[in-house]
Amino acid sequence: MWWRSPSFILDRQQQNDTASLNPEATSVSSPPPSMADTLQNPNPDANISAYYQTRAAHHGVLTSDWLAQAQAAVGRQPEDKLLGNDARAASAAGGAGKRFSVIDEFNSWRKQPDLAEAVAAIRALAAVIRASQATTMMELEIELKKASDSLKSWDTTSISLTAGCDLFIRYVTRTSALEYEDFNSAKCRLIERAEKFGEISYKARRIIAMLSQDFIFDGCTILVHGFSRVVLEVLKTAAQNKKLFRVFCTEGRPDRTGLRLSDELAKLDVPVKLLMDSAVAYSMDEVDMVFVGADGVVESGGIINMMGTYQVALVAHSMNKPVYVAAESYKFARLYPLDQKDMAPALHPVDFGVPIPAKVEVEKSARDYTPPQYLTLLFTDLGVLTPSVVSDELIQLYL
Amino acid sequence: MEPRRTSRTVSDPKVRQVGFFTSQHHHHHHHHLPERSFSEPPLPDPFHTSTSTSSAPVTDVSPSGNLLSPVMILPSRHHSDNLHRLSHRATSPTASFSYFARAVVVRENDDSLLSPGRRGIAVKSPSSVVAASSFPKGGFDLTAVKASSVPASKLTTVSVVNLPPGISEKAGGASVEVQNDRPAKSKPLKQKTSKAERRATQEAQRAAKAAAKAFFNLLLKLAVDLYSLAEGSKTSAAVPGPVNSANTKTAKSPKSPSQKNDAVSVAAAEKKAGDRQLEKDRKKDVPHPRMQYDDQSRVEKAKRRAVVKQTEARNRVELFRHLPQYEHGTQLPDLESKFFQLDPMHPAVYKVGLQYLSGDICGGNARCIAMLQAFQETIRSYSTPPEKSLVRDLTAKISSYVSFLNECRPLSISMGNAIRFLKSTIAKLPLSMSESEAKATLQADIDRFINEKIILADNVIVKHAVTKIRDGDVLLTYGASSAVEMVLLHAHELGKQFRVVVVDSRPKLEGQLLLRRLVGRGLGCTYTHINAVSYIMHEVTRVFLGASSILSNGTVYSRVGTACVAMAAHAFGVPVLVCCEAYKFHERVQLDSICFNELGDPDAISKVHGREEINYLDGSTNSENLQLLNLTYDATPSDYVSIVITDYGMVPPTSVPVIVREYRKEHLWI
Repeated sequence: MWWRSPSFILDRQQQNDTASLNPEATSVSSPPPSMADTLQNPNPDANISAYYQTRAAHHGVLTSDWLAQAQAAVGRQPEDKLLGNDARAASAAGGAGKRFSVIDEFNSWRKQPDLAEAVAAIRALAAVIRASQATTMMELEIELKKASDSLKSWDTTSISLTAGCDLFIRYVTRTSALEYEDFNSAKCRLIERAEKFGEISYKARRIIAMLSQDFIFDGCTILVHGFSRVVLEVLKTAAQNKKLFRVFCTEGRPDRTGLRLSDELAKLDVPVKLLMDSAVAYSMDEVDMVFVGADGVVESGGIINMMGTYQVALVAHSMNKPVYVAAESYKFARLYPLDQKDMAPALHPVDFGVPIPAKVEVEKSARDYTPPQYLTLLFTDLGVLTPSVVSDELIQLYL
Repeated sequence: MEPRRTSRTVSDPKVRQVGFFTSQHHHHHHHHLPERSFSEPPLPDPFHTSTSTSSAPVTDVSPSGNLLSPVMILPSRHHSDNLHRLSHRATSPTASFSYFARAVVVRENDDSLLSPGRRGIAVKSPSSVVAASSFPKGGFDLTAVKASSVPASKLTTVSVVNLPPGISEKAGGASVEVQNDRPAKSKPLKQKTSKAERRATQEAQRAAKAAAKAFFNLLLKLAVDLYSLAEGSKTSAAVPGPVNSANTKTAKSPKSPSQKNDAVSVAAAEKKAGDRQLEKDRKKDVPHPRMQYDDQSRVEKAKRRAVVKQTEARNRVELFRHLPQYEHGTQLPDLESKFFQLDPMHPAVYKVGLQYLSGDICGGNARCIAMLQAFQETIRSYSTPPEKSLVRDLTAKISSYVSFLNECRPLSISMGNAIRFLKSTIAKLPLSMSESEAKATLQADIDRFINEKIILADNVIVKHAVTKIRDGDVLLTYGASSAVEMVLLHAHELGKQFRVVVVDSRPKLEGQLLLRRLVGRGLGCTYTHINAVSYIMHEVTRVFLGASSILSNGTVYSRVGTACVAMAAHAFGVPVLVCCEAYKFHERVQLDSICFNELGDPDAISKVHGREEINYLDGSTNSENLQLLNLTYDATPSDYVSIVITDYGMVPPTSVPVIVREYRKEHLWI
């Protein structure tokens, strides 16, 4: 904080204090409170956000020999770790008895590569209702709440997981079924709703792909940052609709998700070009629109997404190119970050290829926040929304 | 892209329910949702369309699905065009019908039209046109009032009957019969009769609008009016010239309602009167305009009514002449001496008014609470006068108190909302409720409003806002907002390490009060004036501001200088957090600080107390060339506001209208 004005005595004191008060340092040295609960939280590696472990497992660069190196660097290691986690989680749950475990259920759903984490959580929670031995509605509700809490604490950094769980509870329990006399019929009703919710969430991606087709016109150039299954679905649908377009993929360091996306698109015979992350501004002239996914959509209408989204959006905004976000509505979270540091950091190891000297700090945060003024439209399963509508929807959902 | 957005807004915004809504009748739409959106890809928002169609019958005020019968008009064989006009007026959305029960049967009496004698005398148009064009307003208003006072299911009948003189017809039930004669008159008289007639209908209108009388009073009144109208037209027929106006006046005085009236001739000119009536209906629909203080005649009128005799300042700034500005400090002793003389004013209200006037109570919440408590006091000591109903009389009383308080100091928007709440609560009191019960309910309701909307709301705001304060922050605040003060104190109690910069401005120097309280609690503070805001903004990490009100376009209406601070913060990339209770939100939209504002004492900015040597303006304050402007509020555009922290959570300023829309209706104000 050296640039602070010298006019305050307090500043000097603060300087001394804040030297050790580096946000990076604190978050690494002191694990989040939920970590203490090891039985419910089988994620031993606090340095890597579990969310990104899953992503690495799902989106890790898997094919083509020219990607082998990247795969070795990124794909393998987290995958191994992940498997270890799963095993441990299973054993932990097994050790607790033969009882049904949400985490187990969640993990089994999560292994499906096409299933989003939040949808897996939703499915797992639906299974909780089904397996519940509760005899009263209250009991069932408490059980559900507990299950969702343990899911949430499994990975505190995943926005969509938290948001998905919250929305599920909202959707399922906010029903007149709770006033039914007969517990069993009420439970059936809940299960029905839970499954419907799961179905909606599962189909969200298709809906978004359909909605976004009007925006992709023949001959356009689309810049995509990061790997997002929704965006891939959008582009896939466009290709199937015989639209002629080309795609620029950013490399997406550090886990090189752009390589994966370019590979998928090449399979669809879409002309695709890979860019370095730093070449975004250089090629923005040729670009007609920017497409990004989102880890989470926050209440301001902004998005939290893979590191680099903010700068892509800034460049696009300054060159008057539209920035489109494809995100399912279960990613709508009741968060309101005011700036980049105003959220729980999700950490991610960065491999620079060479050893880094001990005195050099590395920015490990895996995502950034893009404020709403840099986004043009959000494609969601609720419709095509302007950023300001997100808050309206959230108000209606939660209040 | 644009059509998408518009089509979305077209789908009824009131019943727009989106996403994971849960009420029973929606859920069956979900399963066919995906197919639907597949089949029609350009459908912007499948959820919306499906829900809006499904829930349309649920809306309580949907004009089509109205439970109560709308205006019914019996078919006529002869004058369908005329009836059409009537019905059109009745159903046109601009007409001033409230959503009250209304049932009107306009019956065309064919016999009257066929009466041969009248045909010959008819000036230009058939008499039914006259009746239709000149009476509809009175008739409709009348029935609106009636229908609201009797069970809605009952069909009320008002027949506007055109009959030759001498024949009267009973339409059964409560019906008003008007017999229209048709004196053959020359043209100059038409205008006069029309004037008289307009006057009569206006009278009826006013009576209906006030809705203070029971139906039979109104009936009586209408009869009187019609009588006077008839008299007026008769006399004007007899005595042409300037005597006419006097005649219409005298015609009003007789109180015996007669069934046999000779009345009303009309011609094409009358249609114009009808149109004008329509115009007036339209005007009634738009919110009542604020008093414009540059309108000489209205100011004079208001002055005559006023309790507080304010002297107006002489040199007012050009753009702000429509705002009231008074010489300060002159009326207080006068009012104090009147304390025991003022009969109609309750002492509690009077006291609060004086406190507003002297500035002892300031700050949005404090003023609002003081006012509500004063009203509580008045309700406690209230007893319904004989032959009056509590609902009507109390509302009138409250209105008179409100206008008194408004004279003391212009009401803030939050107070306006609170008053609206109170009035709607009074209006909703069931008629069967006893007086003591009603009073107890009202007092409890006021208590609940204060607790829920102000005190609890503040607690929630504090809870949300402290999550945005991190260790090492430098928080800047401007003026003295009670909500911000609570936030800062609570964050300090939680042990957060932060520093506060209090920015202040002349002439109120409210920041010093805040500063004293903060320093007293052990917070590290910096105090500066607004002149230094761009310098100090470098080191600030968050700006916390209070608000007098937030308007529908996200404009923050707050102490003058707030906009300046917010803009400076925006320029420096510092997030601006506005703490504001939801009861202060208003559905109005305002683009500048001019059209609605409050002018403070101009002397306050021209003089500095205790520093005689720098009072350079001493001799020249009365100069014609000097205009002093001491604004109290300003409007901050929503672009400069990062977040609004309210009792419904943290929302962007663009969501303020959503909160207004979603919560006003169920939280019983409006």
